Formats: sequence, structure tokens, C-alpha cells
Amino acid sequence: MNEIMENLKLEGSAKTPTVTFDAGGGTLELKGRSIPENSVEFYKPLNDWIDAYGASPKAVTTVDIKLEYFNTSSSKCILDLFKQLEGLNGKGTEVKVNWYFEEDDEDMEEAGEDYQAIINIPFNMIEVEEI
Amino acid sequence: MALSNIYELYQTMERDNTMLSFKGVVTSDLLTSVLQIMESKLDHVEKSPKTKKKVYNVLVECLQNLYHHNEEIGQSEGLDFLFSKSALLMISKNSDHYEVKTGNYIAKHKSIELKQKLDDINALDKDGLRDLYKSVLNDGELSEKGTAGLGMIDIARKSGNKLEYDFMPVDDNYDFFCLNVKID
Repeated sequence: MNEIMENLKLEGSAKTPTVTFDAGGGTLELKGRSIPENSVEFYKPLNDWIDAYGASPKAVTTVDIKLEYFNTSSSKCILDLFKQLEGLNGKGTEVKVNWYFEEDDEDMEEAGEDYQAIINIPFNMIEVEEI
Repeated sequence: MALSNIYELYQTMERDNTMLSFKGVVTSDLLTSVLQIMESKLDHVEKSPKTKKKVYNVLVECLQNLYHHNEEIGQSEGLDFLFSKSALLMISKNSDHYEVKTGNYIAKHKSIELKQKLDDINALDKDGLRDLYKSVLNDGELSEKGTAGLGMIDIARKSGNKLEYDFMPVDDNYDFFCLNVKID
């Protein structure tokens, strides 16, 4: 019991984002691009990690999404990830999402708003010069 | 092919401002290479980060459509295996817009389904497309191949134009699906 939860760190590639899930800090970050042909394979370990984290989460869980591109296959997996976090929200942790987008990138801003409309957790839309 | 055709082919591509043209089987590696080449080309020729992203996004979805389609047709009977898996991709830059053209074989019963989908998409405006995307995203399931049924909707959203398409009859079982995506 009370095993220390391992962090999840994945280096980004040409088709996949850098993943930094830190159990101790309660921070989950996706950064870069997410365009694998089949995203299920890539996102499965992330879902598994969140499941394990949900057993003893930090009081506040901060999710930072800093993506420059994602494909439609990933868009579904990202929604599933948010739904999973929505399920944790209020159960020992308050989940909040910071959705980053580059200035003038309306498409990425709209994508964040669309998730915000579907998912019942607080979203901060954060405009930055460069991701 | 006569040697003079090579020059003609070159001239045609020059006239159409072709940035990249590929005919063959779209594999995962090919897809990666094309995206890398196009990303660096776009970095050189396109100043607007917004347009660059839209073109790149459309390319990703078009290439992944061709890639997943190949997996599908590979298992079907009829057309010669390699011939049927082969597809066409062309990217050109005109003075005020980009064009991404794709061509691939498709089983006739799938043509009907796809035509309906494209007509539905073309009937929608910007907000309508956004609503459709949201509802498919929220209600749809990923296929085993990881496709979400969102590709064409996303292409239409990023394009900002109607999707131009045609199905050319090939034989009793197959059509050749032609798609032209204009990105402003």
C-alpha cells in the first residue's frame, strides 16, 4: 500500500507530443503535436496512468494542454482523456484545464472552446505567442 | 512513355505551381516523410503561421485518409493488389490559395456513402460544420484503425471552401475518387 506513484514522461516525436504527468505535483502536461495514424495506441498508457493517479490524487490537478496541431484521431482520444478527468473531478481532487493556443490560431482556440462546451471541468483559455 | 512527355509533365507541374506530387502506396513512413518535406517547404514559402497550420492540418488528414483507405482496400478482392492500393497526392500553391488534391480507388458501395457525407458537409456553413464536428466528436466511437469519422469535416473546416470531388467509374466494382481541397 501507499506505493509511490511513478511519473509518466514521454519524449515528443514528429507525430506525438511530449507527455509530462507528475503525480506528486498533480500536473499533467501535453506539449507539441499529436498526429499519429492510430492515436489509441499512444493514448492508452496515458489513460492507464490517470486511472492509477485517480486512486490517490492531489487536492488540485492541473492539466496543461500545449498543442500546436492535433489530428482528428487524437481529437477523440483527447476528449476521452478529458472525460476521464471529469470523472475524477470532485472525488478528492479539483481538476482544471489550461488550454494554450498561439495568438491568431483561431482553429486551436475553437477546439479548446468545443471541449469546454462538452466537458464539465473549468477551462482557462490561454493565448501565448508561441507554444 | 515518349521522352518528350517528361518535359510536358514538367511543364504541367510548373504551370500548376506543384509543390509536391506523389503517386504510390501511402505507408506510415511515406506519410511522415511527406509531412516533413511539406513542413519545411511551407516554412520557406508561407509567411502566415495561420495559413501554414491550415495547409499542414489538411495535409495530415488527407494523407491519413489515404493511409487508412489503403489498409482497407488491401483486404478486398478484385483489383490488382498494388494497383488498387496506389493513390495520388498533389500539393500546389497558387497566388492566393493552396490546393491539395488526392485520388484513390474506392469500392462503389463506399462511393455512395462517401458522396452523401461530402454533400452533407458541403451543405453546411462554418458554424454548421463546427456543430457537426462537435456532435460526431462527442457521440462517435473510434474505429479499430483509430479513425474518428471526423477527417472530412475537419478538412472542410480548415479549408474554408466547399470540397470539390468526383467519382470516376473504373469498372463494375470500383470508382476512382478525386478530391480537391482549396485552402485560402
